[in-house]
Amino acid sequence: MMTSEALVEEVVNEVLKRLQGKTQVSPTPANAGKSVYIGFEEIGEAKAGIKQDEVVVGISPAFGIKFKENIVGIPLSEILREVLAGIAEEGLSPRLIRVKHTADVAFIAHTAAKLSGSGVGIGIQSRGTTVIHQKDLQPLNNLELFPQCPVLNLDTYREIGKNAARYAKGESPTPVPVQNDQMARPKFQAKAAVMHNFETSYVTPGAKPVELKVSFGRGGN
Amino acid sequence: MKSKRFQTLAERPVNKDGFVAEWPEVGLIAIGSPNDPKPSIKIQNGKIVEMDGKLREDFDMIERFIADYAIDIEAAEKAMAMDSVEIARMLVDINIPREKVLEISKGLTPAKIVDVIDKMNILEIMMAMQKMRARKRPGNQCHVTNVRDNPVLIAADAAEGALRGFDEEETTVGITRYAPFNALALLIGAQTGRGGVLTQCALEEAFELTIGMRGLTSYAETISVYGTEQVFVDGDDTPWSKAFLASAYASRGLKMRFTSGTGSEVQMGYAEGKSMLYLEAKCVLITKAAGVQGLQNGSISCIGVPGAVPSGIRVVAGENLITMMLDLEVASGNDQTFSHSDIRRTARLMPQLLAGTDLIFSGYSAVPNYDNMFAGSNFDIEDVDDYLAVQRDLMVDGGLRPVTEEEVVAVRNKAAKALQAVFKKLGLPPITDEEVEAATLANGSRDMPARDVNEDLKAATEMMQRRITGLDVVRALAESGYTDVAQNVLNMLKQRIAGDYLHTSAVLDKAFKIDSAVNNPNDYKGPGTGYRLSPERWQEIKDIPQALKPESFNTEEGA
Repeated sequence: MMTSEALVEEVVNEVLKRLQGKTQVSPTPANAGKSVYIGFEEIGEAKAGIKQDEVVVGISPAFGIKFKENIVGIPLSEILREVLAGIAEEGLSPRLIRVKHTADVAFIAHTAAKLSGSGVGIGIQSRGTTVIHQKDLQPLNNLELFPQCPVLNLDTYREIGKNAARYAKGESPTPVPVQNDQMARPKFQAKAAVMHNFETSYVTPGAKPVELKVSFGRGGN
Repeated sequence: MKSKRFQTLAERPVNKDGFVAEWPEVGLIAIGSPNDPKPSIKIQNGKIVEMDGKLREDFDMIERFIADYAIDIEAAEKAMAMDSVEIARMLVDINIPREKVLEISKGLTPAKIVDVIDKMNILEIMMAMQKMRARKRPGNQCHVTNVRDNPVLIAADAAEGALRGFDEEETTVGITRYAPFNALALLIGAQTGRGGVLTQCALEEAFELTIGMRGLTSYAETISVYGTEQVFVDGDDTPWSKAFLASAYASRGLKMRFTSGTGSEVQMGYAEGKSMLYLEAKCVLITKAAGVQGLQNGSISCIGVPGAVPSGIRVVAGENLITMMLDLEVASGNDQTFSHSDIRRTARLMPQLLAGTDLIFSGYSAVPNYDNMFAGSNFDIEDVDDYLAVQRDLMVDGGLRPVTEEEVVAVRNKAAKALQAVFKKLGLPPITDEEVEAATLANGSRDMPARDVNEDLKAATEMMQRRITGLDVVRALAESGYTDVAQNVLNMLKQRIAGDYLHTSAVLDKAFKIDSAVNNPNDYKGPGTGYRLSPERWQEIKDIPQALKPESFNTEEGA
């Protein structure tokens, strides 16, 4: 195993080499030897899509920047990869944006849905809370809500991607089974509050959502 | 070097709880943030021109709303000039009646109210709650939900909850589109268990109002208000939009209360460095300003936040007291999982249970917590015999009554059958006899056969499109032979016209008579006054079925 700093530096260099642009590089922590690292390239203001076969995924302001892992330590790179793969698996095109004007997951998801050619979007916060949204619904309504981030696993995130794609195709999928751990609150709520206060410190009022180009690669060895 | 003592302690339930140190810069502090303003008021030409150290032109929308509509200007100058310790002493003084305290408390600013609470220890807060609660009789509310949104089970659990004594029942959904069925099942179940129980279905606001207007629910309480402008704006709301929504309920004869609670602003990342109780005091004042009769507070879904910081649970009782000091109904929390430790979760309940509030829980999980779609309550149905024992041990009215297995099974069966009949009459997906049988005997949704979820969701959507109302439900019940349940549902609809249950702290008894702060106000002035258990009620609380009765030894099989 390499030390964390050396690994981070190596990953950063590798990604920078590959992307050759003004790229925000967000390698996963050193202990995630087998996990993927993730690079985001901001490619301008996110535009409303016209392709009906796309699902837009919106990530929160600090996702992959301040935070590399969700509330229970799952790498955000892997969460994102599963969601995007789930959409692709249903034959649709995922498109990724970063929402900067709010850290509220309902509004992140609704923003994504409004920009989506299919009208279906997904919002994900750094702590892992996720919503599937549709552009014509009220912001605080949703197609599916996954409020208890500590119980979501990578399989769930893949299913979320798949279900969003199915809604986009006009199907009525069976909702992803809702996990319910009644003790998540006493264990994680205060941590969630601490994380969210960091998240909101990355909010830029009035900023437009930006289109992201994402690249995954194997990190470490 | 590993201590076995410390290893044993580390494995105790309490050490699964999350605790955090105070972080005042972002408002992660229960009371007394260095950023909280100092109390002050200046009034000119009948207008508040300065409040808590801020000039009127610098007020944000919340402060303007509070200054213009919540604070009683006639009372303010005298009240604000008083020492906070003196006001705190009035609150616990049995010789000073509730009305006298209200004369003072209605003139206080948010910072001043918090300063008063900060002068009181937990026992003094409880003494004040006993006196300041608006309605004389304490009450209780429950949650009825399940993880599969199974309507048959909701009906059965609602009937049992009503039989057990809850004044109000609240449901919500796992899947939003199930909402019409959940509201319908709760209504029929509750009115089967005991006529007059109020029911609600917590949903996105517009849909919740629609369902209420259809007569499928009789009240609402999940209309949230917040203590900072940014959190309001994030929810696409203002105090005025919330007040407008409140008047929409009132104009349709629907009871409603707002919801708020310590920790929500810091949970959402916009506490502006202010303490949780200071921001909550603003929420209570927003509620007062909007003309709403009551408030659900006691941290509610954010309880893990005040619960993690020093003095948090004392402050949660303090926020209930502030609600009472503003002459509002309080549905006082205890409604969310709070701790892995049975000791901590019981301690968290004591202030509200022992002092008595309008609704001690908001609510108590009338289903096993694994089925609680509000993410679990502080107490669930599997704790109910403990709760009944505590009522009996301490001779305190927690709103519940002991029941027998026979009467519970009978009422669950009747509710499930009534719902089966209504589904048939309304052309909704059939409920099988097997489902009725399972719901009659179930503990939770794990004991229920699966339903065709997609068929249910389709039919629930169509039910709204077909504009099914409470009156259709009355007809379906009556035509199926459930005339008593039909009469109860009809009586609930009549309340819309009478409107008496819009008064502060109003609930209905089994004869559909109002019990509220207007016709049954709290008149506590020390021993011998205020709410006392009647001989009948005490007999009911005493009589838990598992108690050994000496006379049983007098039978032939006796000792």
